[in-house]
Amino acid sequence: MTRYIIRRLLQAIPLLFFISIVAFVLMMNMGDPVATMGGRRAIRPQDRERLTRQLGLDKPIAVQYLYWLAGNDWDKLDLDGDGVAETPGRRKGVLRGDFGTSLVHRGKPAMAVIWDRIPNTLLLMIPAEIVIIGGALLVGIYSALRQYSALDHVITAITFVGYSMPIFFIALLSMYIFAVLFRRWGLPYLPTVGMFDASVGKTPLQVTWHMVLPVFSIATISMAGYSRYIRSTMLEVLSQDYVRTAKSKGLPRREVVFVHALKNASLPIVTLVGLDLPLLLGGALVTESIFAWPGMGRLFLDHLQRADVSVVMGILLITSVAVIVFQLITDVVYAWLDPRIRYD
Amino acid sequence: MDSTAQTTVALLLHTADELEAPPLTLRQLFWRRFRRHRMALFGVVLLLLLVVYSFGGPLVFSEAYANATDTSLRLRAPSAEHPFGTDAVGRDILARTIYGGQISLMIGLLAMLVEVVIGITIGALAGYFGGLIDSLLMRFTEAWLNIPALFLLLIMARYFGGRIPNITLLNRTFSGSVVVIILIIGVTSWMYLARIVRAEFLSTKEEEFILAAKATGTPHWEIIVRHILPNATAPIVVSATLSVANAILLESYISFLGLGVQPPTATWGNMLERVASNEIIQNAPWMWAFPGSLIVLTVLSINFIGDGLRDALDPRSRAV
Repeated sequence: MTRYIIRRLLQAIPLLFFISIVAFVLMMNMGDPVATMGGRRAIRPQDRERLTRQLGLDKPIAVQYLYWLAGNDWDKLDLDGDGVAETPGRRKGVLRGDFGTSLVHRGKPAMAVIWDRIPNTLLLMIPAEIVIIGGALLVGIYSALRQYSALDHVITAITFVGYSMPIFFIALLSMYIFAVLFRRWGLPYLPTVGMFDASVGKTPLQVTWHMVLPVFSIATISMAGYSRYIRSTMLEVLSQDYVRTAKSKGLPRREVVFVHALKNASLPIVTLVGLDLPLLLGGALVTESIFAWPGMGRLFLDHLQRADVSVVMGILLITSVAVIVFQLITDVVYAWLDPRIRYD
Repeated sequence: MDSTAQTTVALLLHTADELEAPPLTLRQLFWRRFRRHRMALFGVVLLLLLVVYSFGGPLVFSEAYANATDTSLRLRAPSAEHPFGTDAVGRDILARTIYGGQISLMIGLLAMLVEVVIGITIGALAGYFGGLIDSLLMRFTEAWLNIPALFLLLIMARYFGGRIPNITLLNRTFSGSVVVIILIIGVTSWMYLARIVRAEFLSTKEEEFILAAKATGTPHWEIIVRHILPNATAPIVVSATLSVANAILLESYISFLGLGVQPPTATWGNMLERVASNEIIQNAPWMWAFPGSLIVLTVLSINFIGDGLRDALDPRSRAV
């Protein structure tokens, strides 16, 4: 097992290189970082020239990538444009944990900008994941036990619709019903944008209240697919010999379903949860943008539009690392839960 | 001896009626299983209606009408004159959903083709040749799988957006961004297909008829294309169908976030751009309700069809 983990980690290194090169090349040819730095004011040509040198944009792209990756403190830079490289660089590079500085936030380290937003994204994703797994187990097990009943057909239809719905559609729909219509009807209505009401302040109650709709939107989409999956694995397990044995030796139905069957049926769900992380992150991106939730996804969108290379690259790498780590954890947990699986 | 016993058992299991009937062809078998899937039939009918809506609608509304702006008619509620209402610059939403439907459906179909070409090529090469080629190609596939697709799509949409000039086809002008969206969706979603194709190749290439083909000196490409690939048709068709739905969804996401197909070309996705503003959510639900519902109906019908195809073509695989 240890060897497997080490091998997978080593494989991840070229993979991250590949991802970072592709993203870097795309990012460097996009937009105008100097204009972003200038903000709303027009930039004088001599300033533009100076900023271009400062940002290292005058260098070939391979050198820029090298600086981004390994820093430039071992090199001397020509900042005043007189052809003599005399100023030592100050960047440490991604390999030493320096993701560069944000252009939009005027020199604030990109990592700090991203780090500010990560808790907010987790605040949406963790409750959403709990709702997804809990809800899907409930629905999936029910429809497996009552296969082909009327309610099973209804659930199947609903899950198909949920599965086919873009997340923004369900977000808009729930916003319209629970915020706009409820308000019109004089019912207690849910807030739609932001994390808290500015007049009340950032209290836990306010944040929870604002979380309802985004979490609902993220959860509904994934729950549909998950419950289908649980239904089919549950059906498969329920028809196996050991379940019949458990039934015939007189165990209560509840124990057979929830202890004997569910234990094995839930194995593939572990994989599903692990592999769905990229999807969930994408969903969070759209949800955050609709509900004006100050998370990492919205940060990504805002800064992508303004060509803030360090921040966008930082988010991309963090999410990629998260995906890789999650897949590894999934594999390990899976092997631990199911002794039949051997990786070596 | 063994096979005779099996045949006898198989014969006993059939009723006399079935024995007298001529054997069903593959097509008949497929149709018989597909027909039993009522949701899939519903999906076919629904999809046909949507295609008729999008491609028959131009007989009623001209494209110029769909793109005509009139700010005095901003955000009008649905009425007899504008059954689906008007958008933020006074364009008729009904006419725009018709023209948008054409583009959205085309993007789904063409992105699927791009995906199928890349997926089959990589999967077939990896599965057939194995060894170093296989492990390199599979590492490459994993690399793509590990980038959260939407993040990469947005970066690529922003990078290529506006770099391709407008295209004139059949006397109509399309925004060049349509091509960009098709390509980037295809390029970011071939991975699952490649894995499926590879798995099929790995098992089929061990069959004896492949050995026979090799022994008679059949060139590699011919074994791949003529002998192995047809055996992988079922999972490819199922996966390709579902990826049309996926491509339509992805287009709507990118366009919703403002990086998709650029106006005046309408798509169901870019009609939803900027609808998350307070004004529209409060007062103009028709702006997102109609294009949004059309996206849901299309994706739903394609998913139903895909599910039915899986049951009919590939009964061994499990529906998720």
